[in-house]
Amino acid sequence: MILGLEFPPISHVVEWPALLFDGTPFAINKVVILMWVSVIIVFLVFAAARGQKLVPTGAQNVAETAIEFIDDQIVLQTMGPEGLRFTPFLLTLFTFIFTCNIWGLIPGAQMPVNARIALPVFMALLVYVIYHTVGIVRHGPIKYMKDIMFLPGVPWPMYILLTPIELITKFITQPLSLAVRLFANLLAGHLLLVSFAVITQALFTATIIGAALPLALLIFLYGFELLVAILQAYIFTILCAVYIDSAMHPAH
Amino acid sequence: MLHLLAQQEPGELAEGLTAVGRGIVYGGAAIGPGIGIGIVVGNAITAMARQPEAAGMVRTTMFLGIAFTEALALFGFVLAFIISG
Repeated sequence: MILGLEFPPISHVVEWPALLFDGTPFAINKVVILMWVSVIIVFLVFAAARGQKLVPTGAQNVAETAIEFIDDQIVLQTMGPEGLRFTPFLLTLFTFIFTCNIWGLIPGAQMPVNARIALPVFMALLVYVIYHTVGIVRHGPIKYMKDIMFLPGVPWPMYILLTPIELITKFITQPLSLAVRLFANLLAGHLLLVSFAVITQALFTATIIGAALPLALLIFLYGFELLVAILQAYIFTILCAVYIDSAMHPAH
Repeated sequence: MLHLLAQQEPGELAEGLTAVGRGIVYGGAAIGPGIGIGIVVGNAITAMARQPEAAGMVRTTMFLGIAFTEALALFGFVLAFIISG
């Protein structure tokens, strides 16, 4: 039996028509609007958490849990007490990425903002500028470059091999993989949900009972995508912390 | 068979081969990281079981190891989309 299964081309799954300013670089579509809404949500949650009460309620609970998570699980684990002044930046990064990711699971929105590469690239560039600036300000440009290029405790002929690798890692691979990891994970998750939704729908029109298995898998994948949304926000933030730490304390 | 091939549109063969190439690129890129992530997580579990009080530190390092290993597979995933006929 041949089912009428036709998978939509990938451009239909992630590209949305522009609503305003069509054809210009400032075109506004659903993804941009979702990003703005995420900014507003993150801002409102932390604005509502102001005025610290002794017994936290509502938004203050959420904000305190998030801050404690960033402090204990990310900053202290990677940078130590010295890194606590980066907590506001990392907290903003984590909550913003998480809010952007979670749109992929909310019915009606169904589009993770980070499934388009623009936002991950922007955030990776921001992190890139920050960790190199931290290193240069702390050690001075010459010592910073020397620390990157010449690892201590290696016999000198190894530098022929190691110096290019270190330079490529610090200046190309790290920011590139930071952006691509977030983008590719969210895109893959989005495509997975789309595939199973299409299969469920096609099987439902053919044989109603046959749709049970893909539907169960779809529901399971929803839970899995929730995990991915949290995990990717966590990994992006912790890698950012590690990169800043390696700029502060080069080459142990 | 040859007769059938001759009847195809000019671009069809290239299109089909591109699709096959995409599959091979992603499949090939996933082999190494798959093994690598298995090793990372397996050893992290061993470490956590031996020393439960160090679980927090091990978990952080494990996620870092996964993230670095996984990057290679993701490059393959993106490359598979970039390839066009």
